Amino acid sequence: MKLCDMSIYELSEMLDKKEVSSVEISKDVLSRISKVKDICGGYLTVLDENVILDKAKEADSRISDNKRKSKIDGIPYALKDNMCTKGIATTCASKILENFIPPYDCTVYEHLSNAGGVLVGKCDMDEFAMGSTTENSALGCTKNPWDVNKVAGGSSGGSAAVVSSGQAIFALGSDTGGSIRLPSSFCGVSGIKPTYSAVSRYGLVAFASSLDQIGPITKDARDAAIILDEIVRYDNKDSTSVMVMADYYKNLTGNIKGMKIGIDMAHYDGLNAEVKDAVFTALDDYKALGCEIVDLSFSHNDIALSAYYIISSAEASSNLARFDGVKYGMRIQGGDIIDTYVKTRSEGFGSEVKRRIMLGTFVLSSGYYDAYYKKALKARSVIKNNYDEAFKKCDIVISPTAVSGAFERGRKTQSPTEIYLSDIYTVTANIAGIPAMSIPCGFTKEGMPIGLQIAANSYCEQTILNAAFAYQNSTNFHKQQPNLVKEAK
Amino acid sequence: MKYEMVIGLEIHVELGTKSKIFCSCSTQFGNKPNTNVCPVCLGMPGVLPVLNEKVAEYAVKAGLSLNCEIAKFSKLDRKNYFYPDLPKAYQVSQYDLPLCIGGYLDVSVGEETTRVGITRIHIEEDAGKLVHTQDGTLIDYNRCGVPLIEIVTEPDIRSAEQAVEFAKSVRNILLYAKVSDCKMQEGSMRFDVNLSVREQGAKQFGTRTEMKNLSSFKMLQKAIEYEYARQVKAVKNGERIIQQTRRWDETNNVSVVLRSKENAHDYRYFPEPDLLPVVLNDEVINSIKTSMPEMPKEKKQRYISQLSLSEYDAGVLTANSQLCEFYENILKEFNDAKTAANWVIVELMALINKSDTSIEEIKITASSMAQLLNFIKDGKISGKMAKDVLLEMFETGSSEDEIVKSKGLSQISDAGELEKIIDEILKNNQASVNDYHLGKKQAMGFLVGQVMRATKGAANPQSVNEILNKKLNN
Repeated sequence: MKLCDMSIYELSEMLDKKEVSSVEISKDVLSRISKVKDICGGYLTVLDENVILDKAKEADSRISDNKRKSKIDGIPYALKDNMCTKGIATTCASKILENFIPPYDCTVYEHLSNAGGVLVGKCDMDEFAMGSTTENSALGCTKNPWDVNKVAGGSSGGSAAVVSSGQAIFALGSDTGGSIRLPSSFCGVSGIKPTYSAVSRYGLVAFASSLDQIGPITKDARDAAIILDEIVRYDNKDSTSVMVMADYYKNLTGNIKGMKIGIDMAHYDGLNAEVKDAVFTALDDYKALGCEIVDLSFSHNDIALSAYYIISSAEASSNLARFDGVKYGMRIQGGDIIDTYVKTRSEGFGSEVKRRIMLGTFVLSSGYYDAYYKKALKARSVIKNNYDEAFKKCDIVISPTAVSGAFERGRKTQSPTEIYLSDIYTVTANIAGIPAMSIPCGFTKEGMPIGLQIAANSYCEQTILNAAFAYQNSTNFHKQQPNLVKEAK
Repeated sequence: MKYEMVIGLEIHVELGTKSKIFCSCSTQFGNKPNTNVCPVCLGMPGVLPVLNEKVAEYAVKAGLSLNCEIAKFSKLDRKNYFYPDLPKAYQVSQYDLPLCIGGYLDVSVGEETTRVGITRIHIEEDAGKLVHTQDGTLIDYNRCGVPLIEIVTEPDIRSAEQAVEFAKSVRNILLYAKVSDCKMQEGSMRFDVNLSVREQGAKQFGTRTEMKNLSSFKMLQKAIEYEYARQVKAVKNGERIIQQTRRWDETNNVSVVLRSKENAHDYRYFPEPDLLPVVLNDEVINSIKTSMPEMPKEKKQRYISQLSLSEYDAGVLTANSQLCEFYENILKEFNDAKTAANWVIVELMALINKSDTSIEEIKITASSMAQLLNFIKDGKISGKMAKDVLLEMFETGSSEDEIVKSKGLSQISDAGELEKIIDEILKNNQASVNDYHLGKKQAMGFLVGQVMRATKGAANPQSVNEILNKKLNN
């Protein structure tokens, strides 16, 4: 196996034993990038090779001094392009920020830099994280490494694609309604959205502030635990940040005997048979590992998606108002200030972003606020209560991550509401603020990965990681590689 | 038909915290444009606000000093609108759950005292400032994120005088509470006026207009008078008042339409998801309460009961926090409270009023004024001389000591020296001495005058009287 296809855990062991250097790993990643970037995309910016290798050399000299900082010291990784990086373009895959270079770092990048991680580049995404396919990128073109005719999922499609195709050992994505989990499911990698408030949002360009959360996309659950140990930190720059005491990697036991798994049979009504079979087989595997299945019946299945699109669009309409051409980013000069606003925003934003801004503006308007936004907030508290009740009966809730495997590119871009349905299983975790992870659990007949979603109560990431780790110890779906990777060898 | 005006005020006051409401930038006024800024107050992508605790504390102080109830739970909301001075295109403010609710202030105009209800006080961030130049409009974001409170009154005000009196009173109280410098000329205190007219005695309110951003008491007064006259004239002509926002045109002294109701902003308020609610318990509120300085009402009572000042004097002094502070600083070095009050209210205020300045601008220090009063008390100079010295101190800023010395002013109280002079006077004015002995008591006055002339006014009049009496009646 090539270095660039190995996990953080494996590479870290090798680095510790001085069997490999960070420069070698980084060079292997760069060589993979040069082989596949034109085929499946994934990056919007790849840093200058010298910059990357200098960081790798620094890591190597620490290693030779036996002063390795962490398990990710010397490991090449990527960030979604909505995380601000000082001196490096941060575009949100939007024309309006195409030339924006932040003078500050986001908190997670500070943590990963301090731990010795080697940043390789910034990943493609749906513009401002709005989308489920990464086809809404105004600046890139990312395809599914398993089948380049298919979408990578979104909005963190670039992050999932680069990890899946060996263009980075791990990546960070952001998840507002499933944006880490859906592309992880489509690209056959493991992605976790932590509890809201567990990871600092400072420097993450906001889509919907009350739902956004940063999380890792990795090759397996063990790597996810390693990254969470680095980024789950209290941050006094984020008022919603919370101090979480955890040691995820150390507490990965793989023993889940007696764990209670909640399932809602309504999730499987009319579901694609391949996905259904894969999830049910996984549930059998869990039973074999000593878990108990508990039936749940959520009352929110019909309202969750509407509530999500109302709340997220409302917040987005306000969060994206600052992109007005006055201070930074694109400006198209008009006859007066209003004209400048209109021209800049009409030209700068893509159609999906404009659709959400209009929707969000509408649901907050006087006369409609009560009928939409306020009602959505009520739905939100119903969903929270439902999960509170559910977690009295079970430790985790398992469902599919998506209704299907990755679908054809271009197929659904004509119908936004059909695309919105991709998020049906994932949005409730964001609405309730709970952690949820997607791990590979099978393949469609076409050979596309299928994702299993595991959710747990707030701050119970450890439970999820253990459940995923135990599953991955007894299965090998997460070890499969796309043909693209096999051919690249 | 007589019409009365119905007024509600909205007062914006910048809080005097050292740093801004959501970042650590300085709030200093008058710095070079765009130097008190950072990614947070510039609203750059991805940055997040963190509430400055002092802002909540100062706002609670303002609320307590205006008799408000402090909300144990309040939250921040976003008020969305596009304007180049607002970098995030929303202002973080408070909508339905403000920090302070239901206060009041009693306002006296002439003999009449009215209670003006305060609906609410909320916290919010200030916007930047547009600077219009020949080459285009520039933006200075230094003021962006400076903390503000907005005080909203009930429609309880019925005249321009009441409105101005209320505004002055609020300013005085906030200065006492030390939550703002309330410098009108720096925009630290601004007024919006909601005004409608109705027939005297009518129960229903008329349609109101709002006048925004009045930045002085004079403007407030003029704008109210103008808008009242405009509305009364319109109503009398059978016109309907249109609900609109108006702007006061200072140069032409007229109010002009800014926008009508149809074009009113829909601010699309919603809870600010980047900030947690402000939750205060009794302990916190009480500790803020006990840390508050003495308020004018209590101070006035104390002046009357402890310092034996008249109600009038106590009222005049406490109506102005800076005057009060000046007065209390005098008392640190001069122990006759009544005399000090008299000198401050009568002599010093006369000079201030005549020269159209204010107490905070004068060149005299409280300590210097205390010494001057001590000179009188010790008989070093006469009260009359002291008035001249005070005038010179006021005009030049020189110390009392320098002036007394340079003018050679010092009162002759020394009995020996005075006796010599008086003996000389008596010898040279035998006729008057005889007149006195013949019962013409007014001759005494003439002799005192002669002594004063001989000493160029430097003789202590009381001593002169005593010595003359003694000598003439022996």
